[in-house]
Amino acid sequence: MNVLSLTLLGVLCSSLLTGLIIFFLKEESHRLRTWLNLLGAGLKLVLVAALLRGVYLGKTYAWSFEFLPGLPLALGADANSMLFVTLSTVLWFWTTLYAVGYLEDSPHRSRFFGFFSLCVTATTGIALSANLMTFLIFYELLTVSTYPLVVHRGTRKALQGGRVYLTYTLLGGAILLLAVAWLYSLAGPVPFKERGVIQGLMVSHRRELQWLFLLFMIGIGVKAAIAPLHGWLPRAMVAPAPVSSLLHAVAVVKAGAFGIVRIVYDVYGAENAAELGVLPPLAIAAGVTIVYGSVCALFQDELKKRLAFSTVSQVSYIVLGAAILGPLAAIGGLVHLVHQGLLKITLFFGAGNYAETLGIHRVSEMNGVGRRLPLTTAAFTVAALGMIGVPPLAGYVSKWYLSKGAVTAGDHWVTVVLAASSLLNAAYFLPILYRAWFLPPPEKWPAEHSFGRWETHWMLLAAPLVTAALVIWAGVFAESAFSPLAWVKLIAAREYGP
Amino acid sequence: MPDADPRLYLLAGLALFAIGFYSLVVQTHLLRRIMALNVMGSGVFLAFLALALKAAAPMPDPVPHAMVLTGIVVAVCATGLALALADRVQALEANEETPAPEEPPSAETGSEPEDAG
Amino acid sequence: MSGLILGPLVAAALAFTFPKRGRGMAWAAAGVVGIAVLSLIRAVLGGGVQSHRVSGWGAPLGIDLRADGLAVLLLALTALIAVAVTGYAAPYLRAADSPEARHRERYFWPLLLFLWTALNALFLSRDLFNLYVALELLGFAAVALVALEGKGDALRAALRYLFVSLSASLFYLLGVALVYGQCATVDLALVAERAPRGPALTVALALMTGGLIAKAALFPLHFWLPPAHANAPAPVSALLSALVVKGAFYLLLRLWFEALPVFHTPAAARLFGMLGAAAILWGSINALTQSRLKLLIAYSTVAQLGYLFLVFPLMTGRDGRFGAWCGGLLLLGAHACAKTAMFLVAGNILRAAGHDRIRELAGIAQVLPVSAFALGLAGVSLVGLPPSGGFAGKWLLLSAGLREGQWWVAAVILVGSLLAAAYIMRVMTRAFAPAVPGTWVRPVPPIMEGTALALALVAVGMGLAGSWFVELLWLGGPWP
Repeated sequence: MNVLSLTLLGVLCSSLLTGLIIFFLKEESHRLRTWLNLLGAGLKLVLVAALLRGVYLGKTYAWSFEFLPGLPLALGADANSMLFVTLSTVLWFWTTLYAVGYLEDSPHRSRFFGFFSLCVTATTGIALSANLMTFLIFYELLTVSTYPLVVHRGTRKALQGGRVYLTYTLLGGAILLLAVAWLYSLAGPVPFKERGVIQGLMVSHRRELQWLFLLFMIGIGVKAAIAPLHGWLPRAMVAPAPVSSLLHAVAVVKAGAFGIVRIVYDVYGAENAAELGVLPPLAIAAGVTIVYGSVCALFQDELKKRLAFSTVSQVSYIVLGAAILGPLAAIGGLVHLVHQGLLKITLFFGAGNYAETLGIHRVSEMNGVGRRLPLTTAAFTVAALGMIGVPPLAGYVSKWYLSKGAVTAGDHWVTVVLAASSLLNAAYFLPILYRAWFLPPPEKWPAEHSFGRWETHWMLLAAPLVTAALVIWAGVFAESAFSPLAWVKLIAAREYGP
Repeated sequence: MPDADPRLYLLAGLALFAIGFYSLVVQTHLLRRIMALNVMGSGVFLAFLALALKAAAPMPDPVPHAMVLTGIVVAVCATGLALALADRVQALEANEETPAPEEPPSAETGSEPEDAG
Repeated sequence: MSGLILGPLVAAALAFTFPKRGRGMAWAAAGVVGIAVLSLIRAVLGGGVQSHRVSGWGAPLGIDLRADGLAVLLLALTALIAVAVTGYAAPYLRAADSPEARHRERYFWPLLLFLWTALNALFLSRDLFNLYVALELLGFAAVALVALEGKGDALRAALRYLFVSLSASLFYLLGVALVYGQCATVDLALVAERAPRGPALTVALALMTGGLIAKAALFPLHFWLPPAHANAPAPVSALLSALVVKGAFYLLLRLWFEALPVFHTPAAARLFGMLGAAAILWGSINALTQSRLKLLIAYSTVAQLGYLFLVFPLMTGRDGRFGAWCGGLLLLGAHACAKTAMFLVAGNILRAAGHDRIRELAGIAQVLPVSAFALGLAGVSLVGLPPSGGFAGKWLLLSAGLREGQWWVAAVILVGSLLAAAYIMRVMTRAFAPAVPGTWVRPVPPIMEGTALALALVAVGMGLAGSWFVELLWLGGPWP
């Protein structure tokens, strides 16, 4: 065990141990819990930064442990995993801060933050998994640790949402388990490797591989909320706002999208998958989901539900990127993994602020919120415009590469889908912005809280402002050396390069 | 005994076993069911003895006899336990509210391993 | 090795004679057995299969004790569960200071120790007749423990259990007689050497298997289990579900894979597998419809026992053999720990709420957070989510099934897991609902919650130690 593998474990343990300690804290020790939370998140940030530097310099990180003979639990850090792990760690830090402010007076905070930390541990584990088995383990751990968060409020609606969530994800998990076991029985332990690991089976087990791909996509597609497997996502929005951000931006949906990327690039290999003819159906499913999610979002009055359907639509951009052969589309999809996370978390922070500060849950109640919460609404606006794809914000970059990739690959229908989706995005976001800025505020807000100096609690304000700034940075400085785009180009070069 | 065909004893044992099992399933009275169990047990023991005889040797094989002895001890204990339980059940059914404790079964089982092990 | 049997036996006798010292005796026995098991594990891992001739007499006439990987694993499991139950039972039995409670405590300890003796004897014995004696003693102790509650339902369930258990033993014994008639020995290894394939042994094996299946509560002979396990006191339910039924299963393994492996034909194996699959489905569906928590857990036992019998069809081929064996036994161990934890949690809930009607249990997570956590973790293992022992076991069975091309086994495992998730979710949903005032009337001592959590953690952690289990199970297993 050397320093390198210790860093790897440290990234996991920084949230795992904090989570376990927090479980046993007394409900009243508010300050200690907050410090522990932030300490864990901060430490993780530092470790991830170290890891990022190491991977950039070409160091290899690996740690493994055989929990059954011939079945290692292996962690590693490649360019792909760093993309996800950095995203989730950065966002986790701000989500934690936000959650501390958001849950100021609610009950069972120890339980909440305990599972919160476990959830992020699982996400980090998914990102750092070096083989399919490890991925599966953390994937299921994520399911289990998010359930208590979804039902945290304990209301009938929350419990129902939780039940739907578990039903979908456990079904998906069972299918994924079957797929993994099947692939293992064909190919032995499956480490993740650029360009895939199934070359040896391409001729002899063609049909099996096609079926397996379908199973994988169903199993993981549940978390990635590909239609028609998305049903849980809008219902899980009953959870508190920080949990929604976790579900939509940091952990669950992202884990699904990341899993699909892993399967396509590092298990099958994009070229092998294309050879097997499994990519076009995936692309079509993604395209349908993109349009379908946007159309559904259009008809939601509840703000969080509208955002949830928007997630359904946006996550499929990532899937679409993976499903179109060629480096440009890959770049577009992968970079959207980061961009969608930044955009969506900002939107959910905003929605949380409206709910927590003014008691606003519906779009129709949002008249004039821009005057009462100008900073929050500014952040919200930046993210909404980014989603629509207004240059030079983050969303524009993703869409640009995706459509360029599709044209290069000859899939012209994709540009139509993207254009339609952008129009729909505008159709459901712009009215919100219009209401917020240009309509007069009502006499009285549904349930207003006052937080002294700032428009809302400072922790609730800091998080969206920072993530909105990141949105601008990821778009404006996309071509600089330190941007998600630059990193993604590195990955695409490794997958498709000579 | 050496004159009779040992197979006859074996068949008789199996018949006893079958009769006992049949009554165990069919009867509802607790005492009858306990008796049925004993009949089944006797059938098994008879089968053991018959098989001991079957070995083509001048003397019967002693090992099955030892087994039967042990088996009888076990069967006595089992009957005791069953009777005690049945007694309690009937007492309770006769008078549902008497919450009196019951102990013979544990006494029985507690003393047993010395004989059987 | 004799200490493993004599230790709890002597303690049982002493605990019976000196009722006030019952708990102390249990701890003393736990110490003795604990040390003996640990040294035995070391010896087996270091030097392979260990055997011991009681008082120096050899196999055909004397009694041989033998510890291979399988036996050691079960001995260790028994010790673990017994120690946990000992820790839990002390405050549990002291709940009320009534004559009944004292009476219960008076007999609980000797019976517990006696049960432990019988189990250890069962795992170490090497001949069919001694195995019969151990099995019978096990049955007596179990029945008496079920009756301990002293109420009408418990007594009736105990009596029904006794009838099933005794007649099943007699079936087994008749089979032993026939085996002796054919082979002139009852030693497992010698039977395996001498066994001629023929109708007499087929009948013998069928009789023994029938009896053991009833004892192991394999569908459709499971009918006695839910009432017996649900009406017993919580620590007793835990012992019964975790260990007693496994005793019979253990004997089936010995019988089919060591004494008479020639009869392990694909057809027979498939029959076992079918019954196992039916048990999984039937038990899970029944668990879904129960209104009482303890009955739900008991039906879950019926279902989980079904998985163990999937080992039989998977052992027919070459590729999946070892994996299936390890998978089944890992599942057995994980189930034992998880199920104990669940029954102990049920005991805590009964203590706190005075009943175990699932509908009215809102707020477990709020009032008994540690118990709720234990229940959740045990559920994770039962469902087979990673990295629990249940997952490792199911994974091994699943991959054995896929490797052997037995798809139906894979399907049954997956469907069973989903059903398990559904019935666990029924309880967990209540756990997270807000507590209704007046539901939770009494506090629960921390040790009772802690024991449950510890066992649930073991069940979940077991998966990570899978390699160790596999290494142990390799020793002396049924392969050349």
